[in-house]
Amino acid sequence: MFGWKGTLLRVNLTEKTIQKEPLNMKDAELYLGARGLGTKYVIDEVDPKVEPFSPENKVIFMTGPLTGTFAACSGRYVVVTKAPLTGTIGASNSGGHFGPELKFAGYDGIIFEGKADGPVYLYINDDQVEIRSAAHLWGKDVHETTDLLVTETEEDARVACIGPAGERLVKFATIMNDKHRAAGRSGLGAVMGSKNLKAVVVRGTGAVAVAQPDAFLAASMDARTKLKAHPVTGVGLPTYGTEVLVNVLNQSGALPTKNFASGKFDRADETGGETLREKYLVRNKGCFGCSIGCARVTRISDGPYQGFGEGPEYEAGWSYGANCGIHDLAAITKANFICNELGLDPITMGATIACAMEMIKKGILSREQVGRDLVFGDADAIVELTRQTGLRVGFGDQLAEGSYRLAESYGCPELSMTVKKQELPAYDPRGVQGMGLEYATSNRGGCHVRGYLTAPEILGVPEKLDPLTTEGKAFWLKIFQDLTAVIDSAGICLFTSLGIGLPEIAAQIRTALGWDCSDEAILELGERIWNLEKLFNLKAGFSKADDTLPKRLLEEPLPDGPAKGKVVELEPMLEEYYALRGWNADGIPTAEKTKALTIEG
Amino acid sequence: MSKVLMISPEKCLGCRSCELICSFHREGAFNPKQAALSVLTFEEAAISVPVMCMQCEEAACSKVCPSEALSKNASGTVVVDENKCIGCKFCISACPFGNVNYHPVERKIIKCDLCGGDSNCAKVCPTGAIEFKEANVANLRKKKAVADKFKEVFGEASV
Repeated sequence: MFGWKGTLLRVNLTEKTIQKEPLNMKDAELYLGARGLGTKYVIDEVDPKVEPFSPENKVIFMTGPLTGTFAACSGRYVVVTKAPLTGTIGASNSGGHFGPELKFAGYDGIIFEGKADGPVYLYINDDQVEIRSAAHLWGKDVHETTDLLVTETEEDARVACIGPAGERLVKFATIMNDKHRAAGRSGLGAVMGSKNLKAVVVRGTGAVAVAQPDAFLAASMDARTKLKAHPVTGVGLPTYGTEVLVNVLNQSGALPTKNFASGKFDRADETGGETLREKYLVRNKGCFGCSIGCARVTRISDGPYQGFGEGPEYEAGWSYGANCGIHDLAAITKANFICNELGLDPITMGATIACAMEMIKKGILSREQVGRDLVFGDADAIVELTRQTGLRVGFGDQLAEGSYRLAESYGCPELSMTVKKQELPAYDPRGVQGMGLEYATSNRGGCHVRGYLTAPEILGVPEKLDPLTTEGKAFWLKIFQDLTAVIDSAGICLFTSLGIGLPEIAAQIRTALGWDCSDEAILELGERIWNLEKLFNLKAGFSKADDTLPKRLLEEPLPDGPAKGKVVELEPMLEEYYALRGWNADGIPTAEKTKALTIEG
Repeated sequence: MSKVLMISPEKCLGCRSCELICSFHREGAFNPKQAALSVLTFEEAAISVPVMCMQCEEAACSKVCPSEALSKNASGTVVVDENKCIGCKFCISACPFGNVNYHPVERKIIKCDLCGGDSNCAKVCPTGAIEFKEANVANLRKKKAVADKFKEVFGEASV
């Protein structure tokens, strides 16, 4: 078998049973792998209206056909489930070494069902698969848990686990693997926590084969060579990490500042990749099979925020930085370390604190309720409140619900900068119009990695678009969304798309699987996956009314910078987008469309 | 002049592309655990070190081999003659660096043979953490760094 191992593990935590079953190869051809195939399993086996924390919800770990091969940046796996933060399909992928190790152990994925009656972890060592007690690990953070599990299993085992945040059902808890890599968004770690599933430990000694070895090697080397030669993936990301974007977005006037009050942060440079490199960078790191090396190993050696770990990435640098009005990169880095240790999504965490800061400023929240002043710029607050949230103590217990539920509970949901209850990331769509359409239509709510139009609008990749106009954005977004679905489903890193495109990615997929098809046919897989996710959300109860943005972005013009005076002109883009997708005016895929894409159900 | 593998751990990303390509050229599939080299990552020290056979002049693996299956070829590489290997695995114990491995399925010794003089690990390393070059040439770079210091201290003043 090529690209695949052909076997899934089905683990019923209620019954404590483990079954090995053949991978559904028909679906693997239609939905490619990882994100697409995992979603197909969820839609087949889980009621879209299920309560995310009920035993009836399932958690699916899935790799792609390129995971564990020599393909460029081939270290990805995905976790798919119904997400507690959004209520949409939840699909978050992660790098590191865990995903490939699962393949080397002989499994393409794992389906977790039911709920264990006490804390457990799954141990996989090639053919040996066991549900083991995790009573001694419950309450421990990600680093301790990982170290203890490696010590009690095998030295070369890989661990994916939740921290205290997942155990306490924080709505934006992550699943962390290899300590520092996260299946980060939408609260999938809390679904693991709801099942009393603390960790998955895997060690494998087998091989992953490809259909056309020589052609595959040539395609992979071509992709790697081009990534190395590209200014973004060959220079910008290796030199400064994703934080390189701080100054870029600030110069574009699209760095959301103080809960999206402005697009310019006057001290942004102090929080950017250049400063991080100068002050705290220890070394670059790459995930499995990565030729880019964007990860930052960082250390803060003195002062109140001492620590060691990885990051921050751009999104965390922004959510805790400009968005909270904070220019102290040590505090930002420390807060990010705590997110990794407790298992929290730093985007939602920082953005929820920023929302609370605005609520305090407006007098909606009081100092007594929060336990501190919590003004914009309070660097100690992001560190302390992140810790409180991960442990659900003090005001952290309210922050743990995310900004939408927090603001709504005080009668001001409009102060939550979310789409489908998930916090927007670090691009003010008033200054990057296409990102507005991207946020509104993303199948997992507010998110930048479902169709990264920042690439053409700001970085000029693959060609430069004017960020302040709506022209052509719907057209490009459909292509980006479909291509991203292909990349996420193949098991490779999305960052490859900043340096290579469909031809290089399709060539690796074809030669790994032995397919004989066009690039367009590969892109159509992405379109099928996108429509499948959309159908899940429609069945879950979402409608056109949810494909929108916070009122602020539609009605309050940006006060400064190059995008001064702009709001997001969403409606015309949305109308054009639905039409391009072959959906009706309510954003529902037509019967002809689903038939043409051969989507069942 | 024969080439050697030179490692620069400070450049290593820990991506293990070298393990992938090594296993691929041995068994035609991707299987890092059955590669002739390994990348070892030290979390707290924040460093990854690729470790592989350095082709010892006095090779313990070769010395201990009872069937003379391990020997130096003309270019100084210690290679396995699979026709002579009896699978006793003494070489695995003998190598003081842990650089002889054993394939549990194919039941044979895994040992670096420098890909017949065209080391693939060095070719695919994205950062140059593994290089395959003549030792004198590789060292010249380090010597030059030292020499530069002398130049700065003792050289004629120049701007």
